[in-house]
Amino acid sequence: MTVLAEAVSTADTSDSCYTFVNNQWVCWQYWTDRQSELTDATVEHLWLTIASVALGLALAFPLALLARRFAWLESSIVGGTTIIYTIPSLAMFSILLPFTHVTATTVIIGLALYALTILVRNILAGLRAVPDDARESAVGLGYGPTRLLFRIELPLALPVIMAGLRVATVSTVALVTVGSILTYGGLGDLLLLGVDQDFKAQIFAASVLCIALAIVLDVVLVVVQRLLTPWTRAAGRA
Amino acid sequence: MGEIADAISYIFDGANWSGDNGIGAYAIQQVLHTVTSLAIAMLIGLPIALLLGHRGKGGFLAVNLSNMGRAVPVFAVLIILSVGPIGSDELGPYGRAGLATLIALILFALPPIVTNAYVGIREVDRDVVEASRGMGMRGWQVFRRVELPLAMPVIMTGIRLALVQVWATATIAALVAGPGLGRIITRGFANERTYEVVAGAILVAVGALVLEGLTVLAERRVDPMRLARRQAA
Repeated sequence: MTVLAEAVSTADTSDSCYTFVNNQWVCWQYWTDRQSELTDATVEHLWLTIASVALGLALAFPLALLARRFAWLESSIVGGTTIIYTIPSLAMFSILLPFTHVTATTVIIGLALYALTILVRNILAGLRAVPDDARESAVGLGYGPTRLLFRIELPLALPVIMAGLRVATVSTVALVTVGSILTYGGLGDLLLLGVDQDFKAQIFAASVLCIALAIVLDVVLVVVQRLLTPWTRAAGRA
Repeated sequence: MGEIADAISYIFDGANWSGDNGIGAYAIQQVLHTVTSLAIAMLIGLPIALLLGHRGKGGFLAVNLSNMGRAVPVFAVLIILSVGPIGSDELGPYGRAGLATLIALILFALPPIVTNAYVGIREVDRDVVEASRGMGMRGWQVFRRVELPLAMPVIMTGIRLALVQVWATATIAALVAGPGLGRIITRGFANERTYEVVAGAILVAVGALVLEGLTVLAERRVDPMRLARRQAA
């Protein structure tokens, strides 16, 4: 915190606070001068995050349904994804490297695998928490398995699934930075360049944008969840 | 697939293990960092979390701390610490940027430890706590003989999470030319030797799995309720 205070107190003494001599952490001129660079990195960060979480969700959904349908598969699916989760991100990208090479695909697959673990668990837990009464009523009303899943079970499981999606998204935003080892790290690329060049304004800006992106995406997901599950609010008021 | 085979023969070549830049030295650094930072995080986090849990206060803070931690990229924290106030000087056996790495690791070990210890104590059945008070136990006795044993599995899960997270984070230190096995990965990237990158990745991943396995074993040993459950069964 003392560093921030120092940087702010000297900010007005120079016309360019991000020159190599001044090299301050908080430098608004950097933000305006490099606006396009910062925007590009943030946009790349955003689409890497969305692609990874979307791929993770697309894989997690059938896996969770399989695990629910076949009890003997459950332990291997949950156990297997947990093992994946323990592998550090830098190692994960590197292990994928011989197969997918230095591409954005490597980063997206790696991060999707992490998102997968969280999502499979939450989808399973969410579906499990659906009250049997609701399920039986639907079957009594003549709902088939598919209609039961999409019209009754998934909507009721949505709060738990969305909670998992939030955790997965926020962690993915943070992990994308490690993709900078493959030059596909969004804001992480700016961080890595910042270390090499001892460029404090850039490191600070990229870090702040990264955390802001995580918070914004989390808020978006909360809003989406509230819109998708209006009944939970009604229950809360009652 | 040839690269995987090359990576494995790289790992099994004894010559790659020796010297200051060998696998052995980096592995020791990474283990040192993991153990030290986990121990410090436990020393700081456990007393606070257990006390808050026992008193039943501050839960909001503990849980939010953990949620916020997820949004902060480890990589950014490491960079800010090593470029900024802490610097990246050599720190004895902890290597270059040793102190910055240690602090970053401690920061990332704290949330799971604090959250799980707090939640673990809070989720002990209140009836059991009431009953032990009714039997005349004092606050400390309730904590030591009732709450702590019952909360042990949850507390241990938090420590296990922290351990694996610390190991993973220690790998990223290599991106700021810091200590640990990640250096083999970054060295491989710098020299365009994919087999070396993959070899580093395999070592780190195996390390993570071994740690995970060890903690599962440790968890079984320290769970005081295990014996009771087995006798009941």
